[in-house]
Amino acid sequence: MREWLLFVALIGPNLLLFSVFTYWPLVYNAYLSFVSWNFLRPNKIWVGLDNYVYVLGDPQFWQIVANTFVFAVTSVGLTLTLGLALAMLINLPLRGRDAARAVIFSPVVLSGAVIAVVWSYIFDPRYGLLAEILGWLDINSPDWLVDPTWALPAVVLVYVWKNLGYAVVIYIAGLRGIARDMYEAARVDGAGAWARFWHITLPGLSPVMFFLSVTSVLACFQSFDIVKVLTNGGPANTTTTLIFRLYDLGFVSYDAGAAGVVAMVLFGIMLALTLIQLRYLEERVTYA
Amino acid sequence: MHETISADVGAWQPTRTRRLGPLLFTLLGYITVVLVVLLIGLPIYWTVAASFKETREIYSQPVTWIPAKPTLENYSKAWAGAPFGRYYINSLITTLVGSTAEVVFAVTSAYALAFLRFPRKNVVFVILLVALMIPAEITIIPNYLTVANLGWINTFPGIIVPGAAIAYGTFLLRQAFRSLPGEVLEAARVDGAGHLRTLWSVVLPMAQPAVVTMALLSLVGKWNEFLWPLLVTNTSDMRTLPIGVYWLRSQEGVTDWGVVMAGSLFLIVPALLVFLIAQRSIVEGITAGAVKG
Repeated sequence: MREWLLFVALIGPNLLLFSVFTYWPLVYNAYLSFVSWNFLRPNKIWVGLDNYVYVLGDPQFWQIVANTFVFAVTSVGLTLTLGLALAMLINLPLRGRDAARAVIFSPVVLSGAVIAVVWSYIFDPRYGLLAEILGWLDINSPDWLVDPTWALPAVVLVYVWKNLGYAVVIYIAGLRGIARDMYEAARVDGAGAWARFWHITLPGLSPVMFFLSVTSVLACFQSFDIVKVLTNGGPANTTTTLIFRLYDLGFVSYDAGAAGVVAMVLFGIMLALTLIQLRYLEERVTYA
Repeated sequence: MHETISADVGAWQPTRTRRLGPLLFTLLGYITVVLVVLLIGLPIYWTVAASFKETREIYSQPVTWIPAKPTLENYSKAWAGAPFGRYYINSLITTLVGSTAEVVFAVTSAYALAFLRFPRKNVVFVILLVALMIPAEITIIPNYLTVANLGWINTFPGIIVPGAAIAYGTFLLRQAFRSLPGEVLEAARVDGAGHLRTLWSVVLPMAQPAVVTMALLSLVGKWNEFLWPLLVTNTSDMRTLPIGVYWLRSQEGVTDWGVVMAGSLFLIVPALLVFLIAQRSIVEGITAGAVKG
């Protein structure tokens, strides 16, 4: 067989599926963002930028953007700092550290939706685990998922619990990549533990940290199941994120145009993040 | 830090400070690790414990840590309350078929990109790269319309096909294929093996660890998939496990946490078992993308 024909045969099906279910939807989303349509009417009415004016002019939309960023920044911040501490701990020559790593990583492989179901019981203000633990400290449990102050922190807590192990595992791999003799040399030079952390560990981990922060922020922007199951975007939209809004506009309000706008905004943000990451990786590859 | 201190007072009592410092440090390390493991494991323990409790016990204060009279009733109630047998079958079909498709597409695409000549190969490469930047979540509305036009709502093709293409795994395997020793591939060619034969009997066996890892990541992803199956299924007999558990809580939530926890474990236990068996491979696959970059 001709080599190019085989090439097409091998990669074609994959590309064809991507064209139908990934590239075309992006184009179609862009088109939908310029029309007024409720999914039922046979014809779509071209409205120009009306949908953009409507969505971007809605104060609620900016609250949702703020929610998304607060969710992403706090989740990623907590995951990255706690993850680093844990990774350094597990990297110590302790017995049973592989088992500890396995336990910490295990929530990563579990379904976000089912994890959220489990946590909705833990958050139960009367019979839940958290209320019991807070009771030991003589604190009255808030009604986590119904209280506008506590709903977003609750979502962040579940998200961090589920994804912490991912950061830990990546950090550990990063820590193992730092040459041991650098520590030895620093020790000989009389550098203390703190100095070694500050001047060797942190700089050595910086590529890993960069990778983790970008991929984790991207993952946050795509995270749907925990919000859907835990709070359904409520109370009073305090846990509505962009992706949840997109779902809500499309499948609850049947507003294809507005949903198209939200999809384009989300795509723009994620594209920017991915490009930053690719650019950085490219630099690393060329300079390494 | 301890060592610098002991060096300062070194002449005085070197051996004792030298031993005690690290020992304390190690002990502290163990205590923290145990605490963290407990914290992470507690919600799962709590789920398992609740699944064996009687309803009365769940709704009584103070909370009990060990079921007073362990019962299997919640499991039978959950199994009877929702068609979990059906959910298992649906989840198995969508997961196995979906992952098989991903693995086949990743292997063939990676082979083409790694070893075959094509006029504008770098363009193809970039096109595939772009797919990485378009998350499935933003495609839900157009894809729902496409699937509806195909008449695939509430069918297995409707659940499986839109997510069957794969970009990340393709890049992962391409990397693995390219790092195989060139002489072996050359030898196969000299022996007169065609490309398909080389792929099947040389490349695949040699790159097996990478393929297994990619397959595991794919399986975990498909097994846990939530948003898309939630959208394209509309009858109970087509739901997958995550959707089934979600609906079980919506029905039962207020009345019976024990039943809902038992239902959750129907999904959690198989995932944890696979993880226990394949832990190394899964963790390696996840770190490969990050650290080798």
